[in-house]
Amino acid sequence: MKVRVRCFAAAREIVGSGELVVDLPEGSTLTQLFDQVQGQFPRLQGLAGSLLFSVNREYAPSDKRLSADDEVALIPPVSGGADV
Amino acid sequence: MFDITDRSLSLEPLVSAVTRSSSGAVASFLGVVREQTRGRQVLYLEYEAYREMAIPKMREIADEIRRKWKVDEIAMVHRIGHLEIGEASVAIAVSAPHRHQALAACAYAIDRLKETVPIWKKEVWTDGEEWVGPAACDGGVAGSEFRVSS
Repeated sequence: MKVRVRCFAAAREIVGSGELVVDLPEGSTLTQLFDQVQGQFPRLQGLAGSLLFSVNREYAPSDKRLSADDEVALIPPVSGGADV
Repeated sequence: MFDITDRSLSLEPLVSAVTRSSSGAVASFLGVVREQTRGRQVLYLEYEAYREMAIPKMREIADEIRRKWKVDEIAMVHRIGHLEIGEASVAIAVSAPHRHQALAACAYAIDRLKETVPIWKKEVWTDGEEWVGPAACDGGVAGSEFRVSS
């Protein structure tokens, strides 16, 4: 199934785009989605402990099961800290 | 009135929008960019929003307020984009028959907005930068001192 993933703030900068479409097995959870996206963008690991998720514009726990065409968002509360 | 805008903010349109003949008080809040945060010199801020979720979350806060206090109307507008020191980032106005309800509801509105509305600011300092998002600003619920090492 295909799920739309919106990326904001530090997550958007790491992914290099505000939006991804991720292909997942039916019944996958948010955790499984994040693992897959993180596999593609390893620097997301740095956000993993603080990240919140939304599904269809509501905050959702990481064990929530996803359905085709859901809109997930990666919502980092605090992130970055990179010195420039 | 609940909105996300890339234009400069002022309180007057919100105050006008919420004032009713039943209103005896209008409480308002304007958040502005300050020059220092946590002891670091701010150059500018960049705000971004998950607009399609942020506006419904603002409406939910207004619903919470109506369950807690007798108010007339509520307006919230958040700015996004590049903001310089001294510019307004968020404006809130709440009208009520009496001042205590208006003041309490306005304070609640900005606290909840920072906790739940998906809007981020990138603080750009003279010596670094950091994104701050919902539930993280000003000692929010999700661990304000959490820092990611990268």
